[in-house]
Amino acid sequence: MLGEAGNSDAGAHGSQLKDKSVSTDRIGDNEQFATVGEATVGDPILSIRGCNVHYGETHAIKDVSLDIARNEVISMIGPSGCGKSTFIRCLNRMNDTIDTARVDGDILLDGEPIYAKEVDPVLLRARVGMVFQKPNPFPKSVYENVAYGPRIHGLARNRAELDEIVFSSLDRAGLYNEVKARMDEPGTALSGGQQQRLCIARTIAVNPEVILMDEPCSALDPIATAKIEDLIEELRENFSIAIVTHSMQQAARVSQRTAYFHMGHLIEVGATDKVFTNPVHRLTEDYVTGRIG
Amino acid sequence: MTSSNVRKPAPRLEETRATVEASLQRRYRRERLFQLSGVFAVLISVGFVAFFFTTIVGKGYSAFSQSYIKLDVFFDPAELDPRGTSDPETLAGANYGALVKDSLQSLFPDVNGRKPKRELRRLVSTGAAYALQDLVMDDPKIIGSRRELWVLADDEIDMYMKGNVDVEVDSRKRKVSDAQIEWVEQLRESGRIELRFNSVFFTSGDSRDPELSGIWAAAKGSIFMLIICMGLAFPLGVAAAIYLEEFAPRNRWVDLIEVNINNLAAVPSIVFGLLGLSVFINFLELPRSAPLVGGLVLALMTLPTVIIASRSAITAVPPSIREAALGLGASRVQSVTHHVLPLALPGMLTGAILGLARALGETAPLLMIGMVAFIVEAPQTPLDPSSALPVQIYLWADSPERAFVERTSAAILVLLGFLLVMNASAVWLRTRFERRW
Repeated sequence: MLGEAGNSDAGAHGSQLKDKSVSTDRIGDNEQFATVGEATVGDPILSIRGCNVHYGETHAIKDVSLDIARNEVISMIGPSGCGKSTFIRCLNRMNDTIDTARVDGDILLDGEPIYAKEVDPVLLRARVGMVFQKPNPFPKSVYENVAYGPRIHGLARNRAELDEIVFSSLDRAGLYNEVKARMDEPGTALSGGQQQRLCIARTIAVNPEVILMDEPCSALDPIATAKIEDLIEELRENFSIAIVTHSMQQAARVSQRTAYFHMGHLIEVGATDKVFTNPVHRLTEDYVTGRIG
Repeated sequence: MTSSNVRKPAPRLEETRATVEASLQRRYRRERLFQLSGVFAVLISVGFVAFFFTTIVGKGYSAFSQSYIKLDVFFDPAELDPRGTSDPETLAGANYGALVKDSLQSLFPDVNGRKPKRELRRLVSTGAAYALQDLVMDDPKIIGSRRELWVLADDEIDMYMKGNVDVEVDSRKRKVSDAQIEWVEQLRESGRIELRFNSVFFTSGDSRDPELSGIWAAAKGSIFMLIICMGLAFPLGVAAAIYLEEFAPRNRWVDLIEVNINNLAAVPSIVFGLLGLSVFINFLELPRSAPLVGGLVLALMTLPTVIIASRSAITAVPPSIREAALGLGASRVQSVTHHVLPLALPGMLTGAILGLARALGETAPLLMIGMVAFIVEAPQTPLDPSSALPVQIYLWADSPERAFVERTSAAILVLLGFLLVMNASAVWLRTRFERRW
């Protein structure tokens, strides 16, 4: 009885796929991976040209070119393993920490190549901050978590300045009122959503130009997610934000532009509402309508 | 597989249930059997440990008390200082044995003849004369006075007091004669012989006379070695582990080094002793029997263990912490020193202490570098000849005197005490400093 039901379900799914793949007015097919849409913008903060990433033998990112505009939120969407996380980890050279990773192509931050020999990745990461998938506060106090970045970069000359940076960063991350009485408690004792906002506060305390967010809400509940999304909207005034997300609703809510990745290729880039309502590429349409992914 | 499943008609619900229920009995029986064998294994090991401890404690506890005899000693000026000069050399060379003999004689005035007198003399330890000498040297004014003094009894008398001499045995076959037994019983009645806490055991070095021997010299040698071993092996091991884990490139050379570190951890300890002999003593010409060389050898032996423990402590730090630090613009060294190291330190310390505990109990490499000597004086510096606790145990276990048997067990107890303290501190460090994330 059970076996039959499962079988018929799988069959229905399969035939559905076949039905839809027959007729479409979208361009592109499973063999055509050239980027469609508007990958370039005027005066970008980050400009990526012909980026390729290899992990040993694996070709993870294939010839991706994309601009990230100032004060915009751009979301990277795509099925698991499509390379969107790998891609944003190129933007602050986090892939350098993986021995087997090799990044080719030009990535320009304010017109300067970030993979040039004379560029110090330490300085680069101060300019391009990152928020990770799982909240990863240091096992130190709330205060120390936020103060760490300014401290190692020498951004504060004395305790009063450091206090100012820490409190204003927490405030901008919408966390100050919740933690002002808990500054000395360990950051790991906060709730998941608070931890993630603490990580955002920690990142903006260094005052970067770009913030990369790698699925920042995937470990959070809907209420905490809503708070982070509101926060992203506010942060856009001062920062450019590239966010990787699994949730298309989230991409639609927070971003102005959306980039769709598929098997290491950048398939389509464009204004978020256009990508979701009227995609050009057939693969994009399949993904945003829930047929693949 | 799947296609054949699909074609078969699905089993009815009742049938499935019956099949599962039929198998339950067997599954539970297996589970019980599995648990029982586990309990059996635990019982066996606990039994062995209990047996070990009861034997050691049962044999060793009596060594912590020692028989003392109360003598009325007259510090005879005619014997000690016939010319009344109080010259230290004369005082040092005086015949203190005669004082002991006289005071014993005064307790048992009826004893006559050479042999009985010699037996009487042997009630107290030869150490008694030295104790009197020390008293006089400390304060020559004591000469001419009469003092009640508790002096060490001879080890055979001590054994009799502790009930280790079988009086039923023919007197020619035992070390304590019938006359001596009679005297001891008289002393016991008059309250002149009793068991007291054995402070000699904890304060003196080795001796041919069991009642004068102690573990202090060996313990001090062990402590010197542990300090040297910890001071070398811990920083070296941690540095090596950090480099290998955080900075070293992944290539064939690093793999080779890793394999060899793991192999080193399994090398028999006596091989490290031979290495120490040829490198430290023959080539570098460091002194033989010195705790310095022992500490160096033990450090070599402990190093792989510390490296392995430190590496696993470093790997246990979640990579997200490193990423967080790097993402904020910390350099790799900063991410290690600010975040990874503090988090890994409790694990590293635990590993190091356990490695050290192993080094503390190690005998074989010390034999190779000459630490198996008869050492009376506790070493003042790590360059002085010294023994070590496990070596002392080995030496005493080899001695024929009955009184050394209990001392062997007592020394084992002391060594176990050391180990217990070290392991407890490892546990304490772990729970005290371990961070949760």
